[in-house]
Amino acid sequence: MSTREPDPRPDRGAYRPEGIDDSFSAPVATAEPPAEKPASGPADGQPSLPALGLRGTLRWTWRQLTSMRVALMLLMLLAVAAVPGSVLPQRPQDPAAVLRYLQDNPTAGEWLDRLGFFDVYSSVWFSAIYILLFVSLVGCILPRTGAHLRAVRNRPPRTPRRFDRFPAQATVVTTASPDEVTDAVARHLRGRFAWLPTFRVDTGTQETRSSGGPRVERTVAAERGYLRETGNLLFHLSLLGLLVAVATGQLLHYRGQAIITEGRGFANAVVDYDTFENGSLFSPSSLVPFSMTLDGFEAEFATDALAFAQSRDFTAFVTVRDPDGTEHVETIKVNHPLQAGNAKIYLQGNGYAPGITVHDASGEVAFSGRVPFLPEDTMYTSDGVVKVPDVAPGLEQIGLVGTLLPTAEVTEAGARSVFPEALDPLLVLDVYRGDLGLDEGLPQNVYTLDTDDLTASVDEEGERVKVLVAPGETVELPDGLGTITLDEELPRFVALDLRHDPALGWILVFALGALAGLTISLFTPRRRVWVRTWSEDGAAGDARPGTTSTGGTARRTVVQIAGLARGDDAGLQGEVDAVRHAVPGAEQSDGPAGTSHDSAGPHPQDRATGRGAGKADR
Amino acid sequence: MTLADLSVDLVWAAATALTVGLVAFAFDLARLAGRSPARATAVPAAVTSAESTEATTGSSPTPYGPDSTERAGSEGAPVSRKAAGIGISTTWLGTILLLAAIVTRGVAAGRAPWANMYEFALVGTFFALAVFLGVSLRRDVRYLGAFVTGLSVLFLVLAQNSFYVVATGVQPALQSYWLVIHVGVAVAATGIFTVAFATSAVQLLRDSRDGGSAFLGRRAWRWLDSTPRPAVLEALSFRINAVAFVLWTFTLIGGAIWAEDAWGRYWGWDPKEVWSFVVWIVYAAYLHARTTRGWSGRRAAYFVLVGYACVLFNFTGVNILFDGLHSYSGLPGQE
Repeated sequence: MSTREPDPRPDRGAYRPEGIDDSFSAPVATAEPPAEKPASGPADGQPSLPALGLRGTLRWTWRQLTSMRVALMLLMLLAVAAVPGSVLPQRPQDPAAVLRYLQDNPTAGEWLDRLGFFDVYSSVWFSAIYILLFVSLVGCILPRTGAHLRAVRNRPPRTPRRFDRFPAQATVVTTASPDEVTDAVARHLRGRFAWLPTFRVDTGTQETRSSGGPRVERTVAAERGYLRETGNLLFHLSLLGLLVAVATGQLLHYRGQAIITEGRGFANAVVDYDTFENGSLFSPSSLVPFSMTLDGFEAEFATDALAFAQSRDFTAFVTVRDPDGTEHVETIKVNHPLQAGNAKIYLQGNGYAPGITVHDASGEVAFSGRVPFLPEDTMYTSDGVVKVPDVAPGLEQIGLVGTLLPTAEVTEAGARSVFPEALDPLLVLDVYRGDLGLDEGLPQNVYTLDTDDLTASVDEEGERVKVLVAPGETVELPDGLGTITLDEELPRFVALDLRHDPALGWILVFALGALAGLTISLFTPRRRVWVRTWSEDGAAGDARPGTTSTGGTARRTVVQIAGLARGDDAGLQGEVDAVRHAVPGAEQSDGPAGTSHDSAGPHPQDRATGRGAGKADR
Repeated sequence: MTLADLSVDLVWAAATALTVGLVAFAFDLARLAGRSPARATAVPAAVTSAESTEATTGSSPTPYGPDSTERAGSEGAPVSRKAAGIGISTTWLGTILLLAAIVTRGVAAGRAPWANMYEFALVGTFFALAVFLGVSLRRDVRYLGAFVTGLSVLFLVLAQNSFYVVATGVQPALQSYWLVIHVGVAVAATGIFTVAFATSAVQLLRDSRDGGSAFLGRRAWRWLDSTPRPAVLEALSFRINAVAFVLWTFTLIGGAIWAEDAWGRYWGWDPKEVWSFVVWIVYAAYLHARTTRGWSGRRAAYFVLVGYACVLFNFTGVNILFDGLHSYSGLPGQE
């Protein structure tokens, strides 16, 4: 993961101007030994691989792991490894689909299962990749953080002697003195805010030997973009924090699901949930003992022709009783979970739970209760099962499997639902008798009935008998099994999902930290600017540096500017040009000049004093 | 005529304008290719279509050194770029028409107009065009015009013919301001990735031609000599990709926040989430490859191609092939 930036153009026969022989360009010598496959590539240097010894081998392994190339490889592996999870059904998301897949592909399925392909994101190989990636990241980021903390206090590198090989340059002649130029340029580079200077600026004086003899030059050395590396480190450290936060959340979280019908409620206790799942460090005592009642549920569906029967709004009206006894009325909507007892309650599903009463052949009530029918399509054609084990002694147990049609349309082809709301409900049931297998003590899915050992009720032609029940009706079951009654009211149920993850806040903080770090590191330019300025005699034509003043010619100041950026930087020349414009008293050919009337004054030193020209163009 | 019908007509109008732009840009590239007197025999229209390169098979491939462009450019008289100007103008027109189509679509549906695959395609195309036009205000990227308008026309026609669904409201899970933010940013990122992809593709072609590729050395590819050096294209592609990558990162974060509210978990490895993650990883790998010795330049550009392929698959394949919570294409067979 590390961005060890080598020379920006390693393959283009890069020159290395003076002043960039450090992190800007230095090929951070990872000193990579030959790759594992000795055949691949010329083994440049380090032929002493066999003599590394244990410590050497460990160090070599560590260097490899934290090298950019391996990090890159791990990144690509991670991308590839993530793909099967979108192609194959996954246990955590859809266990039923995994079972179906295993039934359809017994041989391949078994092997895939053994290799963890049905739970890719918890599999050994997927975990191995991202853990290695994060180890590589730590190994790269920690040393870089240390180096950056030291580098942040560094001064800009001193002004190089020659500018002619830098990618961005400018030369300008001014009437202001070198000291004034230096001050103005430094002020311009530091920018408006003293507490957060754009550039870190050093000014100095150098004595150089030009062709004509020694000369005193004023210099400016400036560097900007320390934040770039800061952002980069912030990004990577935030990713690390994100991983730790997610893992912590996994250990401490819990999630419970409950199906509640209108008018009923549940208490926040592990036993009250239909399913409950928690992290290994979760303790049941941490559940806040509130309770909740579903007062009502409203669903809205589109009735226009364009989007007929599409859902438009779901609202659950609930009353929450806090542990201290206070009650308050709340609503839960999709996208608007309810906050209760430091957990969030989500509205995950809804449907109908008809109240069904079954009398057995002896006339006794064998079953009475609400049975949730799970909607299977947009018209809420809902499937459900009624298991009636508690018949009078000597009678066969009854199992009813069927469909609830909220707005039934019965034709010769069969019955179907034509609208999701309960406008004209009808219950269509198959009837089975025999041993339901409930007495064996094995847990069963309440929504399915294993009909293998049961006898179906058929008519004279061998067709299944369909029992149709409308609300308020009582209908005879076939084969004299008894009667079934459907309540007049058709209550709805809601599927609620209650979840608590204490790490959510931290996950958000680290995610936003990563975003901020990434943005800073990608968009902060890292640039260096140097200025060298000296004064010399004479007009431009016959100027001979070093000659002392010949009578009649004005002294003039030459300003040379050079810029260097890390990597490609389209704005570098613009930065240099801005510095050029900040030079006071310069003869500008374009853009706003620092001062007006440049070359007219016979005594430029006198008139330019104290001009705040450096700010002119920013 | 209802607003929804008007929107459909506006999309067709935009596609037409962009097709004109495509032809103009292609003509411009052909002119640039034929500007040197020695090569004046090139068939202008042959440049943009790959199959027409067969027409020029007879000419011997010429290897091009890195400096051949500058020399070739200085030889001939300055070439009129009138066609490119027409291309830019019609692209502006097409983009404005597309914007009008998107706005009318949003008004007709009564919500933000990027809630299904059809609308996603329209808005993504709009962003690709807008980025291209925005960049072209600041620098000369007319050589990208044929690619961007070509892809745009392709996307628009595909959307009209295969992804179209009627404008209507959305299901409760989509009724959130996060639809505007999360999907809006995702679609913007997709559009921007498109422009970066075109840039990297040109970079690779140019680089191969400079490197003496026999196929790309043919006359029909001579327009490549008028494009900037590969290093310049690489830098441009990186800048565009960097913006899109930040937006994509935000897409993942915004999506996680929304998923936490709507589905009760911030990350659940839904197929769309998996592929968004894959896209993010591939572009992250690209950013790292750029700064890795031996991986910068050409190799890094291949990451852009792979990344963009993943973006396209995430947008189309995941919606159509996989059953997941993000199946909002609105096409038959989808919930």
